[in-house]
Amino acid sequence: MRIEKELQPAGGPPAIDLRDLHKNFKQVQAVRGMTLSIASGEIVALLGPNGAGKTTTIDMVLGLSQPSSGSVSVYGIQPRQAIDSGRVSAVLQTGGLLKDLTVEETCRYTASLFPTARPVDEVLQRAGISGIADRRVGKCSGGEQQRLRFAMALLPDPELLILDEPTTGMDVEGRRGFWAAIRQDAERGRTVLFATHYLEEADAYADRIILLRHGVVVADGTSAEVKALAAGRTVRATLHGADEAELRIIPGAESVEIRGETVLIHANDGDSVARYLLNSTSARDLEITARALEDAFVALTSDSVGPGGDPRTPADIPAEGQPAVTSQAGGSR
Amino acid sequence: MSAIAAKDARPTRGLAGINPTVLGIEIRRLLRNRRTLIFALILPVVLFLFVGTNKSYANLNAAGVVGQATPAHANVSAYLLVSMALYGAALATTAGGAMVSIERAQGWSRQLRITPLSPTSYIIIKTMVAMVLGLASVIAVFVVGSLTGVPHMLPGFSYLWFVSAACVWIGALVFAALGLFIGYLLPSENVMQFLGLVMAAISFAGGLFYPLNQAAKILQDIAKWTPMYGLNQLVHSPLLGGTFDFMWVVNAVAWFAIFVTGAVWLFRRDTKRV
Repeated sequence: MRIEKELQPAGGPPAIDLRDLHKNFKQVQAVRGMTLSIASGEIVALLGPNGAGKTTTIDMVLGLSQPSSGSVSVYGIQPRQAIDSGRVSAVLQTGGLLKDLTVEETCRYTASLFPTARPVDEVLQRAGISGIADRRVGKCSGGEQQRLRFAMALLPDPELLILDEPTTGMDVEGRRGFWAAIRQDAERGRTVLFATHYLEEADAYADRIILLRHGVVVADGTSAEVKALAAGRTVRATLHGADEAELRIIPGAESVEIRGETVLIHANDGDSVARYLLNSTSARDLEITARALEDAFVALTSDSVGPGGDPRTPADIPAEGQPAVTSQAGGSR
Repeated sequence: MSAIAAKDARPTRGLAGINPTVLGIEIRRLLRNRRTLIFALILPVVLFLFVGTNKSYANLNAAGVVGQATPAHANVSAYLLVSMALYGAALATTAGGAMVSIERAQGWSRQLRITPLSPTSYIIIKTMVAMVLGLASVIAVFVVGSLTGVPHMLPGFSYLWFVSAACVWIGALVFAALGLFIGYLLPSENVMQFLGLVMAAISFAGGLFYPLNQAAKILQDIAKWTPMYGLNQLVHSPLLGGTFDFMWVVNAVAWFAIFVTGAVWLFRRDTKRV
């Protein structure tokens, strides 16, 4: 059970509720049966490699595209209504700005479209771009443009803020500054969903990580829980005449790779694999290494894990539609 | 300039987003765009000064231009002034409509879809801005033209200045629709370079730049099917005061319908996909 749950106001509909969501583009199934719920006050990372379905999912949550099947609701209403009432806003990927407007004009233009909006001066200040209000957008750096998109997203004072790969193309300093602004803002209780393929961003800024692969959720939980999923060890040894079938049935072994004389065994219990190798085989030069979140990410999202060829063979990859860790967020409904 | 002013505009769904703040900023953008201003305001004025202010045109009746038997209410210079005003207004409104192309290329129209602005409002705003630019073009040509003292309406027909200007401006709506159509067809930042050529071509084909009655029969027949033909006849008919052919209206309305249909079709496809 997770802490964020307690922050959720009792009885209110979840910020985002996806039910068996599918999206097909001609031959490609971009999203294949996604069910998840995000409660008010959570800061959630949608993590996955390119093509995992992050942007497709976000587009449907924002009403920019329609699901092929399944349902999306934002605070219990249609995405379009949530946009119109200013309850949800977003920072989209690059683009989306007019180069010939100034920073201030862009905000004033956007503000005038909403029934009620925060003052332009205030959002510029919160995004840290008050100093460049009169600068033409075309003359702003990538980081400044991203802060402008953030300022625009703050105008309706949304309950839910969605960021689609917000720091792509920013330098390290720009990223840090941008996240500091987001983090500061989120302390006021805003719900934040951001898509990223930077693991460290998800790890550092999210309370909850939803890992996507090929349009399905493969893991969902806190950063620690997701790490633990693939937190096993890799045992490496030199073994003459290794028998893959024999190694596979070692208690604790998950997958086996044989590269000539070298054997690589991914294990949830590295110790018992090591003990077996040393006691029962002629293995030598044994090494045990831990996996980081990076490896969890690779293990859970990569196409070619283990020698079997089937990406879903290894035990650490849950079957489609069954997240490895199921967060209970929003379960109070 | 206060940010609070923006909050006064409280749009309702449907025509949400058509407000003074948006229109003011859009017009400021136009004034900033040097290329658009040259196209829409300077080019038609210079063309008129170049071709329309020949002193010999001052005493020639405009009826001679089109081979009309009865005398017209204006001189040749006034006729050419209306021609250049139509050319300028057509360029201006096409450029205004085609701004959607640039805005799609820059992703702005997608950004607007996460605001309460409805796509219909967006198209209406773009049309209004195009028509404002068209009006500026018409005023520039008429004011500079009259300052030269060469164009002239016969005594008692001074009101035809206003009638002609109004016809040109309203007629330019056809080209605002063309601009929107092309804007949705070609997502490019350089669409006006292409449209400049298109406008010159249809202006020649429609008889705006030379007297059609002196052209070969085949060119005259082709002209009747081109988009500038009907408007060219219509905007000059008040000052010519000759016969009126209903086919001119049919030509203008048909092309307007074609451009609007094309723009609406592409716009629907666009909003579905984005």
